[in-house]
Amino acid sequence: MVINLLKYSLVFVVSVLLQVLIFNNILILRMISPFFYILFIILLPFYTPRALLLFLSFALGLTVDIFTNTPGVHASACLLTGFIRPGVLQLISSRETLESVSAPRVENMGLNWFAGYATFLVIIHHLFLFFIEAFTFESFHITLLRVIFSSVLSVVLIVLSQFIIFRR
Amino acid sequence: MKNLFRLIYRYHVLLLFVLLETLSLSMVVTYNNYQRATFLDSSNFFTGTLFEGFSSFFQIFEFRQVNIKMAEENAVLRAALQEHLLKTNHGTYKSSDSIYLPRIAKDSSLKAVYRFTTARIINNSINQQHNFITLNKGRHDGVKANMGVIANGQVVGLVFNVSENFSTVISLLNSRWKISAKIKRNDYFGSLSWDGKDYRRVQLNEVPYHVPVQNGDTVVTTGYSSSFPEGLVIGTISDFSIGTGSNFYRIEVMLAADFKNLVIVGLVENKQLNEIKQLESLNKYGN
Repeated sequence: MVINLLKYSLVFVVSVLLQVLIFNNILILRMISPFFYILFIILLPFYTPRALLLFLSFALGLTVDIFTNTPGVHASACLLTGFIRPGVLQLISSRETLESVSAPRVENMGLNWFAGYATFLVIIHHLFLFFIEAFTFESFHITLLRVIFSSVLSVVLIVLSQFIIFRR
Repeated sequence: MKNLFRLIYRYHVLLLFVLLETLSLSMVVTYNNYQRATFLDSSNFFTGTLFEGFSSFFQIFEFRQVNIKMAEENAVLRAALQEHLLKTNHGTYKSSDSIYLPRIAKDSSLKAVYRFTTARIINNSINQQHNFITLNKGRHDGVKANMGVIANGQVVGLVFNVSENFSTVISLLNSRWKISAKIKRNDYFGSLSWDGKDYRRVQLNEVPYHVPVQNGDTVVTTGYSSSFPEGLVIGTISDFSIGTGSNFYRIEVMLAADFKNLVIVGLVENKQLNEIKQLESLNKYGN
């Protein structure tokens, strides 16, 4: 229990730091920027109570907001991601698997499953984030393109991170 | 009563979600120039220190470049100063010799209105709709809100929040900020803002369409906003068109400053800003 607390606090801090210090400075082709930090929401154990999941997602978003001077933008997007996560999990895997395995990891669930699951959450998060940030549907197709390309980049980074830093 | 609690318990996740989502969305909507939630801002102590440590680590590799840039900035500022002095003196002093400067400075009508200092950027973003910059100087170093921020004699932004040791700057690349700007060649002015699409281009609006506009015209500050001296370069016109059903041009301005590699910026303080603001505020009450 205590080990888990320490472990996930570390994941929280590392995700936020990587995001605000490195990934926030990346802008490819003037429109693509990755939002890597939701890795924390993705990695939380299956048995996390839904209310706790919401609070943690909200805290994660608000922390990133403080660094980027955008109060509420990341917080609302993360909150939605946290809210939808249990539904996504039920959609893509059976109840027995969710009860027999503790956390969504590549080594537990396989690469395909993990990539699909991450893609699902990343797209929900990015769709909401980019449209809240633009706060208009005026240039709909441009915002949609940003969502698609940024999602691809974020998923690649999140999956890669599973083989490099967050191996355990 | 018991049933009510049971109902709340049953839907507690949904209720919590709606509650927190309302809270964060209201933060998005109410966050503007007038409501400065300072604790949710990267000028606070914790985030400021973190950004400063991280950026000073990478600064080591940039010193050479910074030196060159600062020399360039000095040259540009010196040229702008001379031009300004010549203009305000109605051409009495025709000489562009540097010796004439001290002579002019004695003239009481030319008391220095603007004060310049420098600061180092410790965090910068260009990939959002509302970009901000964090600087390593704050109230302690004499930084105040509404000071103009420039780099190489080009407009970068406006100081927004100030803490003891850090300050945040609302970048020109922030779609919530507008600045008054004019076309240098014919002095017609309009309002300049960013549409959030391309970090190299901003838009100049409200220029009536009878005004002759050319690609390549330089766009400069007007000095109306009082935070910037007149005539600082913003960029050059790269494209223009007349909006449908509008009497105004929509002008695309290519920014002169490259926001992607800013390191050292200059801060401009207008010493008469308070006096101007006070005088202007009288207009609101008198009929």
